[in-house]
Formats: sequence, structure tokens, C-alpha cells
Amino acid sequence: MLPNSYLIVGSRAYGEQVADIRITDGIISEMGSDLEPGNLPVIQGSGLISLPALVDLHTHLREPGREDAETIASGSRAATLGGFSAVFAMANTTPVADTAGVVEQVWRIGREAGLVDVFPIGAVSVGLRGEALAELGAMAASAAKVTVFSDDGNCVSDPLLMRRALEYVKTFDGVIAQHAQDPRLTQGSQMNEGELSGILGLTGWPAVAEEAIIARDVLLASHVDSRLHICHVSTSGSVAIIRWAKEMGIRVSAEVTPHHLLLTEDLVSSFDPVYKVNPPLRSRADTLALREALADGTIDIVATDHAPHPHESKDCEWDSAAFGMLGLETALGVVVAAMAETPDWSWRTLSDRMSVAPARIGRAVNHGRPLAAGEPAHIVLVDPQRTREVVPAQLASLSGNTPYAGMTLPVSVTDVFFNGVHQVRGGALNG
Amino acid sequence: MTEPHNTAPGYPRIASRIVADPDDISRALRRLSHQVVENVKDVSNLVILGIPTRGVPLAQRLAKNIEEIEGFTVPVGSLDVTLFRDDLRLRPSKALEQTLIPSVGIDDKVVILVDDVLFSGRTIRAALDALNEYGRPAVVQLAVLVDRGHRELPIRADYVGKNLPTSLSENVSVHLSEIDSVDQVIIQPKEQSIEGTA
Amino acid sequence: MKHLISVQDLSRNDTLHILDTARELDRVTNGGSKLLPTLRGRTVVNLFYEDSTRTRLSFERAAKRLSADVVTFSAKGSSVSKGESLKDTALTLKAMGADMIVVRHPSPGAAHRLAHAGWLESSVINAGDGKHEHPTQALADALTIRAHLRPDAVDFDGLTIGIVGDVLHSRVARSNIFLLSSLGAKVVVVSPPTLLPVKIENWPCTVSYSLDATLPELDAIMMLRVQQERMNGTFFPSELEYSRAFGLNRARAASLPDHAIVLHPGPMNRGVEITAEVADGIRSVITDQVANGLKVRMAAMYLLIGGEVNVA
Repeated sequence: MLPNSYLIVGSRAYGEQVADIRITDGIISEMGSDLEPGNLPVIQGSGLISLPALVDLHTHLREPGREDAETIASGSRAATLGGFSAVFAMANTTPVADTAGVVEQVWRIGREAGLVDVFPIGAVSVGLRGEALAELGAMAASAAKVTVFSDDGNCVSDPLLMRRALEYVKTFDGVIAQHAQDPRLTQGSQMNEGELSGILGLTGWPAVAEEAIIARDVLLASHVDSRLHICHVSTSGSVAIIRWAKEMGIRVSAEVTPHHLLLTEDLVSSFDPVYKVNPPLRSRADTLALREALADGTIDIVATDHAPHPHESKDCEWDSAAFGMLGLETALGVVVAAMAETPDWSWRTLSDRMSVAPARIGRAVNHGRPLAAGEPAHIVLVDPQRTREVVPAQLASLSGNTPYAGMTLPVSVTDVFFNGVHQVRGGALNG
Repeated sequence: MTEPHNTAPGYPRIASRIVADPDDISRALRRLSHQVVENVKDVSNLVILGIPTRGVPLAQRLAKNIEEIEGFTVPVGSLDVTLFRDDLRLRPSKALEQTLIPSVGIDDKVVILVDDVLFSGRTIRAALDALNEYGRPAVVQLAVLVDRGHRELPIRADYVGKNLPTSLSENVSVHLSEIDSVDQVIIQPKEQSIEGTA
Repeated sequence: MKHLISVQDLSRNDTLHILDTARELDRVTNGGSKLLPTLRGRTVVNLFYEDSTRTRLSFERAAKRLSADVVTFSAKGSSVSKGESLKDTALTLKAMGADMIVVRHPSPGAAHRLAHAGWLESSVINAGDGKHEHPTQALADALTIRAHLRPDAVDFDGLTIGIVGDVLHSRVARSNIFLLSSLGAKVVVVSPPTLLPVKIENWPCTVSYSLDATLPELDAIMMLRVQQERMNGTFFPSELEYSRAFGLNRARAASLPDHAIVLHPGPMNRGVEITAEVADGIRSVITDQVANGLKVRMAAMYLLIGGEVNVA
């Protein structure tokens, strides 16, 4: 009997037709009804939904440098439990992933962990300092084959450096993922600027600080005809600019996080830093605009911006706390919860936004593939009936900074196959 | 509170009952007023201070009676003792009531403190402390409408309207028309856990 | 009520209860000059992460007037300045058995965190948290306004109160706008737009950019301190231009109604937001504000920890 070979019976592919899925040696070998198991182990999938495993274009794995918050191995466990087969690891580690050496190390440790494919993102500028270009070509040519470059955590605020970066990555079909945050307009900023920030006395983070950078960068991308990706879009104004840019034929893609789809700024009145995140939680109107944009494709993908922090970085007063939230293990349930009321939303659309499109933007050719014969067996089974309460202590992440603690998510990931390996069973890691 | 109430073993079941009506109260106060006049001799040196809440209207009635007897208007004031209590921690902090010392002051005066019920004596102890803050009276005396016993401190009343032997499992409530629209004294079973060890 | 963090947590009746208690405490202590035994055996910790001699002394004196044991924990020269976290400090204070913590901290919400993060069980009074709130100052100001303009009335219906200056960075302004309006006053904020929070039009106040146009309708005017660090040219062009447009001088004070009073929560920049002759003039109630600060702080302490302390 071949290893990594199973028959998944009775699940509905993309939530649509019931189809049995035969996996042979890590590849989907056959799909159809009433397939004969022969001597294959049978996975009972009736009542479940089968989807291509998810792809996260924006994850912070913290290794190297902050292994107390997360490691590539622990982040990989969190990712597979969340239904992912691939994650793109952001460059703001210590040392910064701005050389071939660092990205190859991350890539190699990811391979050793072996639960998901870890694709390192390279820094745009040396040390994320926004001054000189990092070794983009060397990182692209390395074993890690970096295609996505980002100074995430910092904005590439210098327009000339941004222009050069956009131009330079054209040589290897790379993409610049911009963290859109004008640094001058957000000095000391703590939360969305609006009525509530004024009342709470927390320094405001105006929407325009994000929108102005996006407007500038889509024009730059248009001017040099390069690929631009906008990280964690959070405002309705950003959506309008991106919609316009796409109508103009500009090659821009955009992501939204699960938390910006579900949570709003009013949570900040608790002063609990678990709700402190960059970009900040915005208004209800922004959330609704983001949902609509995700459904109509103006925003291409969901990316988690999974940002683990040790307990002490959040168990303090608001100003001193770190920005960021966990996301990998809750992403699917949060997106389902957030999009429940949005028209034109389906499992097929979710699959595009959380798997197909992010793989395409990141050029992860082996991921986000359709459920079809001949494709790699990266499959997630979702139970649309089984709710799940989020308990921080039960998460695989080394950190506990989830804003969803105590919340009940509407669906659960039950099984995950990665290259045909049945590594998540009944919602838990196998072995 | 009108329902029969089962108390600790050994006590009979008790219900609320009225132990003094308006006439009883009025008679008691008149008698008490005469005792004061007789005892104090020179009422022109007298200051009467009611302890809020119900000591204040009692003090006013006492002064009125004395005026009727002696034809002299005795200065009346109020003395809130809340801030001087030693049992504050046993209950939630309560709103302060008015302290009003008559303009003649209390130095070298005969001060009569007036309260509705004398029980543990802790209110009067606090009142003596509070009084200290306003001056040094020549004499301090105590008048109460009801003495229900169970003293926890060596304190006694100089003038008592009515001695009322009670059980610790009972509450004594004085109602006065100025505040409660009726004059009466009632005994009722104590609501457990409210009074603690008072 | 266990904590005093924000005036927005106070109902109108809560506020009046505190003001009435302050007034009564004032009578009982003859203006705060007498010692009361009320908080004997209680420990009040003044935890100050910012220098504020005035506020710290006022809280210390209030606690001592009520016979509490007072421990002052000042950030300078303590482990706090060596980077000890707020949480660790809180755990230390818990071990010391603090009944109440009076906290001044530069971070908005720090008092709220101390009260609600589960670090300790003490009552917490917010003595100023960054740009957020300074509730006892607003209560002192309300007591001052009441004493001068509404001695016999319950609330502030019919009063128009101007708050002039840097609302954006002022915790005193925030607490006053919400407290005074909750008592029925009409609050007018006068400031250059750079020193106003966005969406202030949704707050319970009106906004004016002209001090001169506003003065004749005011029953009380509160001048806010212009902080030195705002004078660097990004919020307004110069100190001189600011004080020309928004400073209260003798000529401007003359266009106030005759009965109007002038408040300043202090410390003042004489010659910038207020001239010396107005600050020391006949309309000024600035020293009353200081005295009333002591009274409302005594009242808050008595009401929060004077009785049985309920479990939060």
C-alpha cells in the first residue's frame, strides 16, 4: 500500500456537490461518486465541506529572534490546525530577513517542521529602515525563491525607494507588499482616529494615513508597470482607491485580515491591549465596506497578519502594549462569521480568497490548486455545523493574544491533508 | 417583614408588632422634657443636638416642649456622626447627613444629644468624638426615645422615653411623622446578615 | 461604586452625591482643617508616574484628613523608573494591602487597567491618565461653579460654560465637558481647530473658534494650560499668536457678564492663556478650585472605601 493514500467519502467539494476524493501518494488521483476504497483507509466526510487547503500571504512566525513568542515550528502547527498548507513569513525578524542567508534559514527550518510550506518574505530595505534596497535579487535567487518583498511593520514611506523597489522586482516577477502607513500622520498613534479616540484620549490613527500611501503607490505601480500588493487594508477609503486602480488596469492586489472583517474600534474602550493592532480596528462602516470589497473581489484575499506576542507585551497599559493579534487558528471561522450576512459569498468564493488568490499573488504554484485529479493533495475538511469556542490556552501558538477568547466560531476545521499526509484529524494534530 | 420569622434555636417565632403609638410617643417626650427642665435648671445654657436621621425631629420636638414649659427658645442643631463611627466597614458607605451647630456654639454649654434608639452605644461614642471637633461643652447628656439594651460600651442615657427589652434577633424601628408620616415604634424580626455584630 | 476612573461612569445622581458629600465634609471639617477618624486603618497609595506636586499633595492631604495611612509611590527614583511594569507595581501594592490606589499615569486607560485587569482588588481613583480623564479635577470645578453660580440649585440648567484652549491633549477638558454637560450646563469649547479632537461635534458641547464672540454669553470660563511642548509651531504658529486669539486678558474679561467667574485647573502659564491680572482678579476662583479639589477627593475616598468595600 502506498503511503499518504486515502479515500475521503461523502464530503461536498467547495460546499457544492458531494464527491469522493481518492488520494494516492500525496496526489489527488480521482474524484467522483461512489469510489471503491479497495484497501485505502476511508475518511468519513459526510456533512463536511472539502476545500483546497488555505494559503496565508501574511504571517509573523517570529523566528529568528523572538522564539519566546512563536517559532517556525509552533507557527506551522498553528497554521495546519487552521487549515493552511502554506504561509508566507514576514521579514521583520531579528535579524531582519533582508539577505539570502536569513531567508534560506527560515525556509529550511520550515521544511524541517514539515507541516506547511513556509515561504519567506524578503525585506524591501536593509534592516527595514526604508533607506537602501535589500538584496532583493539574491533572495529571489536563493533556495527560498523569494517572490514577495515587504517591510511590513514599517511602511516604505520614501516614494523614491518605493519606486525603485517596484521596478527592481520586475526582473523576477516579484511583488512589493506595502504596509500602508504614513509615519508622520501616525506618530504615536494608538487607535482609529474618530469620535472614540478623542473621548478615550488615545492618539488617533487617521484613515488618510493609510489611504494616502495606497493612492501614491498605485500611481507608482502604474507608472512603472509593476506588481503592488497592499497589506491589511482597513478603511473604506482604501477600498475606493483600490477599486479605482483596478478599473484603471493597475496591477494591484489587496488583502484584508479576519479581524478587520469582524471586529470594530469600540472594543478599545475596554483599554484591553489584546485589541491593539496595526492597522487599528476601524469603524463599523469600514468593516462593512471591507466585507463587500472582499466579496466582489476588489480585495483579492484574506491574510491573517498572525502576530504572536508574549503575555507581558499585552498584560500592561495600552500605550506600552505591542501591536498585533493571533490569526492562523481562527481565520477560517472568523471569516465565515464575518461574511455570513454578505451577499454573493460562498464556499467557492472563500476558497478563492483564502487559497487560490493568495497562492497566485505569492507565486506558490503548488498551492491553492483546484480539487481535481492530478493536483497536490492539500485539502482541508470543514464541519459547517460544529461550532468552536476559542480558548487561548488550547491554541498551538506559543502566544495567547487572540481577541476572540471566549467567542464561539460557527465552523470547525476537522481534517487537514498536506501533500496527502493526514496530519490534522478531528481538529487535532495527529501524533 | 410582616411575615412570622423563624430565628435562631431557642427564640420563639416573632412577628412585627407596634409597641408605641402616637400618644405613647407624645407622652414619653413630654415626660422626658419635664425631666430635662428639672435636671438642667438653667435652660438658657442648653443646646440640643439631634443625631440624624430621626434624632433631629425628636430634638426639635424636645425643644418645642421645653419652650412651652419654660418660655425660652433652646437652640437646636444636628450632628451627623457617620464619619466618626468605628463600624463603618460593616456596611456600604452611606450618604452624609447634615451637621448644623447652632451659632451660639457648644463651648461651656449643656449639650443634650438626642437619638431615637439607644442600642450598642457606638453611635453615641462616635457622637462624643464628633462633638470634640466643635468645642468643649460643660456637660453632655443623652436623651433617647427608646433604650433597647444590649450595650457594647459603658454608655447610658440620662433621659429615656421608653425602656424596651428586646432580643438581638429583633429590630426596633422608630417612625416619626416628620419623616415617615406616622408616629410609632415597632419591633420586627431582624433580617439576617444585615446588622452583623452591631 | 468601587472605582472612580471616568466621569462618564458617573450618573447625574452619582455626581450630585459626591458633590453633596464634599460640601458636607467641608462643613464637618471646617474647610478641611480638622481631622476625621473615618479611614483609620485604611491604606491609600498615591502611585504617581508623572510629576504633579499639586495633585499628589491634594490627594495626600485628603487621605490624611480622613486618618488613612498614606503611602506615596513616586515613579522617579523607584523601581518604576527602572522599567518595572505597571502590573508588577500593582502586585507589590496588593501585597502591601492597599485599600485604595490613586494613580497618575501618562497612558490613557492606565487607571482602568489597574482597576479591571485582575492584578489587584483595591479601589482605584484616576488622578489623571494621559489625555483621557481627570475626574476629581472636574468634580472640583463643578463644586466651584456650584458654589459661585448655583448655591441653592441641584444642577446647572441654564449655565453656559466656556472651556478654552488645548482640548486635544487635555484630560481636564474631557472630564469637564462630560461632567458639566451631564449636570445640565451648556458647554462651549473655544480653541484653534488643531487643538480639537476630530468629531468633537458629536460631543455634548458646541465649538467656537472665536473667543471674543463667545465671551458675552458665558457664566463661567475655564482656561486650559498651553503645554510648552505644543508651542513648537505645529499646533499653532507662535505663543504670541495663540495668546492674541485665545488668551484671557483684562479687556476680554471685561466683556464677560458681570457675574461670570474665571477658572483655571492649573498650573498656569501667566501671560500665555491668562494674564496675571485676570488670574489674580476679582472674577478668579482659581484658589477655590484648589480648596474644592481637597473636598471632592475626601468625598471620593470616603464614598469608595469609607464603608464596607463591595467586591467588584
